[in-house]
Amino acid sequence: MKLSGAEILWECLVREGVEVVFGYPGGANMPIYDAMLNYPVHHVLVRHEQGAAHMADGYARASGKVGVAMATSGPGATNLVTGIATAMMDSSPVVFITGQVAAHLIGGDAFQETDVTGITLPITKHNYLITRADEIAKVVREAFYIARSGRPGPVLIDICKNAQIEKTEFVYPEEVRLPGYKPPLRAPKADLEKAVRLIEKAKRPVILLGHGAIISGAEEVIQHFAIKTHTPVAMTLLGLGAFPASHPLSLGMMGMHGEAHCNLAIQNADLLLAFGMRFDDRVTGTLKTYAPHAKKIHVEIDPSEVHKNVRVDVPLVGDLKTIVSDLIPMVDEYEHDEWLQQIAEWKSEGDARSIMSWPDDGKLYVAHLIHDLWEATEGGAIVTTDVGQHQMWAAQYYFLEKPKRWITSGGAGAMGFGLPSAIGAWFARKNEEIWTVVGDGGFQMTAAELTTAVQEGANIKVAIMNNNFLGMVRQWQEFFFEKRYSAVNMLNPDFIKLAEAHRVPARRVTRPEEVKESIAWARQIQGPALLEFMVEQEDAVYPMVPAGASLHEMLRRPVRQAK
Amino acid sequence: MQYTFVTLVENKPGVLNRVASLFRRRNFNIESLAVGRTENPDISRMTIVVECADDWEAHKIEANLYKLVNVIDVQDVTRQPAVFRDLALIKVKAGPEQRAEVNSLAQIFRARIVDVAADSVIVEVTGTEEKIEGMIELLRPIGILEMVRTGQIAMTRGAYEGTRRAPGANGNGWHGDEENALAEY
Ligand SMILES: Cc1ncc(C[n+]2csc(CCOP(=O)(O)OP(=O)(O)O)c2C)c(N)n1
Ligand SMILES: [Mg+2]
Repeated sequence: MKLSGAEILWECLVREGVEVVFGYPGGANMPIYDAMLNYPVHHVLVRHEQGAAHMADGYARASGKVGVAMATSGPGATNLVTGIATAMMDSSPVVFITGQVAAHLIGGDAFQETDVTGITLPITKHNYLITRADEIAKVVREAFYIARSGRPGPVLIDICKNAQIEKTEFVYPEEVRLPGYKPPLRAPKADLEKAVRLIEKAKRPVILLGHGAIISGAEEVIQHFAIKTHTPVAMTLLGLGAFPASHPLSLGMMGMHGEAHCNLAIQNADLLLAFGMRFDDRVTGTLKTYAPHAKKIHVEIDPSEVHKNVRVDVPLVGDLKTIVSDLIPMVDEYEHDEWLQQIAEWKSEGDARSIMSWPDDGKLYVAHLIHDLWEATEGGAIVTTDVGQHQMWAAQYYFLEKPKRWITSGGAGAMGFGLPSAIGAWFARKNEEIWTVVGDGGFQMTAAELTTAVQEGANIKVAIMNNNFLGMVRQWQEFFFEKRYSAVNMLNPDFIKLAEAHRVPARRVTRPEEVKESIAWARQIQGPALLEFMVEQEDAVYPMVPAGASLHEMLRRPVRQAK
Repeated sequence: MQYTFVTLVENKPGVLNRVASLFRRRNFNIESLAVGRTENPDISRMTIVVECADDWEAHKIEANLYKLVNVIDVQDVTRQPAVFRDLALIKVKAGPEQRAEVNSLAQIFRARIVDVAADSVIVEVTGTEEKIEGMIELLRPIGILEMVRTGQIAMTRGAYEGTRRAPGANGNGWHGDEENALAEY
């Protein structure tokens, strides 16, 4: 049977199990939008294409499936770019489908023509330009396979308008044939044995979990491995949730704003087991002094991550869950009480400085608010965040027991991510409680999506941490630029009125005693609700490893005496 | 030091651009890149010469090339027994008086004169980079008007293969003989 290219596209999307797409129409994708009406796929009309990209990303991270976002050519496609780069940096499987001018017009600066495959080449795992209808089925099949397999990532398909309209025989390819793309699964026995010899000898081992632990679905085998080898577990920002925060072996988050005892453990370790993480500069501090005494085992699916930042002793390239499962029967049970005792001492020293032990001084602190939110939701909500100080506090104080409940822009650090990613997550997990924690700055980058949430009835709660500053930049200016505040103080809108204009019920919270009640109020609302917390304006995130410093050279929160 | 990589890629539009963009993006310095068809119409072959600090950087280049979906195989042939060839066309300023000199130089280098004009000749020379450099040095005093080089191509001798440093990449190298080494989807 002959179908139009646009119909073939939807046939393929349905076969890939796509239930929802996020997008925005325009001249170059109108045939796709017309054909859509005949297919059982829900379309979410966003307010800006960046919103569509982050929603598809949030959907992908919350569901573990491939998210889909669509836009028209030219400005529609370029508006996606931040979202594509965000998905790329955080290995999120999203397929982007953009309309393109007709093939015969390409290269002529036609209306709304932009070289989208050119622009997105460095920020996609792969991309395609389709000029004929008969290419569509094969390409869509490949795109989904590439997006979700191996190290996942975004794939963009740019479809010329003529290819959307032309009719051709629809043949769904039974299999994908990509001679240059074969993701590895297992590591060779000999290499596993090398790793085991290092594990046997270790006295002060630490496991480092990254996003790969969650993507690979390895949380159970990792727990098994950690308990069997009695090895404490540190997590990257994106690895949070891969190991239960309440577990005695958990060290919490590592890195620039990681727990002090966690960073100290890494710096004093004699063996690092890096599982699905990439030694980003935000987790290592300066490489010159990083974990100087440690041998390193790196389990990683992307060969180009091996030896990239840190040279390792044993690389094990393949699927994390498979490799750790292979390792478990090869290792014995060990006991590292002395090492754990040492770490516990570092931890108790840190607890003394903790902001959690501060007495109520009538002010709102983000750390306290996150703790209250964690208590109210019994740690069970899906939390997305924007980027800035509030993001780090959320990472530090919303303790996660399970994976896929923490959605944040790590590698790209894209402000504007919080709200749309929460809306996307809701489409994946409609029965769960979803909160997005945002700053007053970043929220304004994509705030228009509030109405999208209302239009879709998305049951999400927005918590704005309003410090009236671009707080994270302000903190850097305070610490490293002699408190010369430059372009960090902005006039905010009245967020309550803004929310109400979007038909979102909202409350402003200014005093600690209102916090619990306001969270309870937001929780019982069906549909979106917004809380604005007027927080301490010049609080700083601690500990902090200054950029370029050693991981153990942390700025610590000054000890505050109880009054 | 200059490293030479032999890279097999899918013969599709845009692949050269992907490779070039990768090298720029990752800050690798291409000395030369030669691309052409192979015995298999679906596959093109690139010979890429890159300035690398050491084997670690060579590993980085190899592993990054595999990130491109269209890249099938990468071998580092730098230290392998291999035939390396570059071809140059050199237009030399040579009237009737200098022709004999150019001719005799060409013979020493087993080069050929492929065009003769009133006041210039074109010399075609093939060989290793050093040989071509040597020839250029000797022609320079006579007067080089124009020059073009193809960039180096390479092929390992006999059954030799290049080095593959990226374990697990595209099922090549260390993982090739492992059972269930590759993921199925
Ligand atoms: C799109 C984008 N632009 C700029 C930045 C740089 N940046 C990082 S954090 C930050 C401040 C964020 O302020 P706000 O949203 O109010 O959060 P806060 O730090 O105050 O909690 C800025 C400007 C960024 N990460 N993303
Ligand atoms: Mg702020």
